[in-house]
Amino acid sequence: MTALLPRRVRGLVSLAEALLTPHGADRYLELVDPMLVRREIRGRVTAVRHQTPDTVTFTVRPSRAWQGFRAGQYVRMQVEIDGVRRTRCYSPCGAQGSDDLEFTVKADPNGLVSRHLQDTAVGAVVGLSPADGEFTLPSPRPDRIVLMSGGSGITPVLAMARTLVAEGHPGEIVFLHYSNTPADALYRAELAELAARHPGFRVVNAHTHARRGGDLHGLFSVAHLEKAAPWFREAETFLCGPAPLMAAARELFENEGLSAQLHTEEFAAAPLAFDTAAAEGRVRFARSGRECDNSGKPLLEQAEDAGLTPEHGCRMGICFSCTQLKTAGRVRNARTGEVSGEENEEIQLCVSVPVGDVEIDA
Amino acid sequence: MTGLQDRLTPAQVEEFGRELDALRQRIVDDLGEEDVEYIRKIIKTQRALEVTGRGLLFAGFLPPAWLAGVAALSAAKILDNMEIGHNVMHGQYDWTRIPELSSQRFEWDTVAPAENWRHSHNYIHHTYTNIVDKDRDVGYGILRMDPAQKWHPYYLGNPVYATLLALLFQWGVMLHDLEVERVVKGERTWAENVPVLRRIVRKASRQIGKDYVLFPLLTGPLAPLTLLGNASANLVRNLWAFSIIFCGHFPADVESFTEEETENETRGQWYLRQILGSANITGGPLFHILSGNLSHQIEHHLFPDLPARRYPQIAGEVREICERYGLPYNTGPLYKQLWSVAKKIARLALPGKPGPAATVDPERQLRAA
Ligand code: FES
Repeated sequence: MTALLPRRVRGLVSLAEALLTPHGADRYLELVDPMLVRREIRGRVTAVRHQTPDTVTFTVRPSRAWQGFRAGQYVRMQVEIDGVRRTRCYSPCGAQGSDDLEFTVKADPNGLVSRHLQDTAVGAVVGLSPADGEFTLPSPRPDRIVLMSGGSGITPVLAMARTLVAEGHPGEIVFLHYSNTPADALYRAELAELAARHPGFRVVNAHTHARRGGDLHGLFSVAHLEKAAPWFREAETFLCGPAPLMAAARELFENEGLSAQLHTEEFAAAPLAFDTAAAEGRVRFARSGRECDNSGKPLLEQAEDAGLTPEHGCRMGICFSCTQLKTAGRVRNARTGEVSGEENEEIQLCVSVPVGDVEIDA
Repeated sequence: MTGLQDRLTPAQVEEFGRELDALRQRIVDDLGEEDVEYIRKIIKTQRALEVTGRGLLFAGFLPPAWLAGVAALSAAKILDNMEIGHNVMHGQYDWTRIPELSSQRFEWDTVAPAENWRHSHNYIHHTYTNIVDKDRDVGYGILRMDPAQKWHPYYLGNPVYATLLALLFQWGVMLHDLEVERVVKGERTWAENVPVLRRIVRKASRQIGKDYVLFPLLTGPLAPLTLLGNASANLVRNLWAFSIIFCGHFPADVESFTEEETENETRGQWYLRQILGSANITGGPLFHILSGNLSHQIEHHLFPDLPARRYPQIAGEVREICERYGLPYNTGPLYKQLWSVAKKIARLALPGKPGPAATVDPERQLRAA
């Protein structure tokens, strides 16, 4: 961003940084107003509403370091809960290019952050990361598009729908959304309104736990898809939802030989399985000087067991908050099964399991 | 003299360790928003004092403004150094996962780079507290602070070196990380010092640039006055930091240890050594804050990674535990502790054993038995 400023301004900025060393300008600016920071991205909540009893939808105005997002991407949001900063990934669900970010978060009964966010108030400030993620619309846009989501997985897909409508997409779009009952359906009015506004856009409401009040009922099936978008074989499909829906869709598309046309966003990863019996070797955390026997668990947990508190967020390999430098040894990526032995390589502690001796610069 | 290990029976040491572990756990479980609010308040105060101090020096041609500016800037530097920098860099707020409060990322307003200091202080000093020849804080490689350090005519200059160290303390801390005395002894190579030195040059030039070049230049014709003001603030902070820190381990009655008696220590024995090797300073709440709560050196050495604002809260309990086990709990007002340190510095300039004050008093031995 600094590179875009005129030279004189840049000179002033670096003079200010030199004067404010070692803490830097942001550490002073944020005391005046947390939104004044230059390097970090923050967002101030400007509106809050509750579409259903267990969700919250809020609008966030990002600070000036925000560089926008592409529909389908996610950001890491940070909130402080009882003094501890927690990081979670959420997809903004507004159209690409909008100034404000909209988020919808469903309360998970065991979810610390998602429950905390239910009480979000106007004026609250959250931390944000730049947008990230490969789950985006290709350009040029495909002619026919199926957007499919389940529950709060609607958010990245809704961003795509709003973007396509805003762009005046000339082709056909079907939005197939699964919710338990009509009362749980998120963005029902907004979707209906989008459909009314845009001729090529159709919304199909599917309810898994209700027999009435929607277009389709029961679990996802090929029959559902045939009814919603009989041309789905010639379309690109974008899907985000709970694990069972994702698994069923993947299987269907594979059977049809259409896997390449299905694009998915994992929003709740399946629990990882680790073989703790066959572990061997020692794990060394070089910076803190701690060392322990490899227990076969992910390095993040091993580090925590050793009394360290490495940074982390999702703990399932999505957010990269826990990335640290591995200075020696080999690790297996528990999600991909890939074994890597490159030296001085950045690895994600939460999904990396040591294979023998490992040294981490933590 | 009672050796470190014969103070308590093995069973007692173990029980004693368990009690301290339990005390620690209780505080860890209680950490939360209040602790973060506290340190943020201190940081806010520090920034406000700094901005005020720098601002007042722009009116430095008025003597009251100059004086007030130096006072505000000195206070800012003291807070940044003691209650914020030292404590944050100990990892006291790492549990918050807030990057600005992360021990790995914090950088303080002194010429010693954080990364060098974390090694020499957090690791070396806090692991090998008061073990002669291992804890490099014993005498900082310059002074004779313990009778177990072999006398040499060089040490006749002890009081002079100590005075210089007090005046130039931040530079002493900076050079301390180079471990020059170990290089001289051949235990460390210059090559190992290259990254340490590189960090020093970078950090020191920024600090010098800010305090002695940029801010003075910005005040135009007042440049000399501003430079003098900044130098004074650094001097005040040096003297203050030196005083507080030397009172932490060097008053009479504080013990030192040999490598042999500290081999294969258990957790309980490590706690024991921290208590015997540290000394507190009594004072009011403001004094504790300005000392970075190192006035609770004993509590700090037991639990270096607990937020410092917790030390005064647990001091009573720690003292009570010490009393129950017949252990000393060295504390006293600043003037008394400083005087005790000064006497030690002077006495150890000369060869021979120090006076009776530094040996274990018989009454304490009796209580421990
Ligand atoms: S915590 Fe998210 S990648 Fe590790």
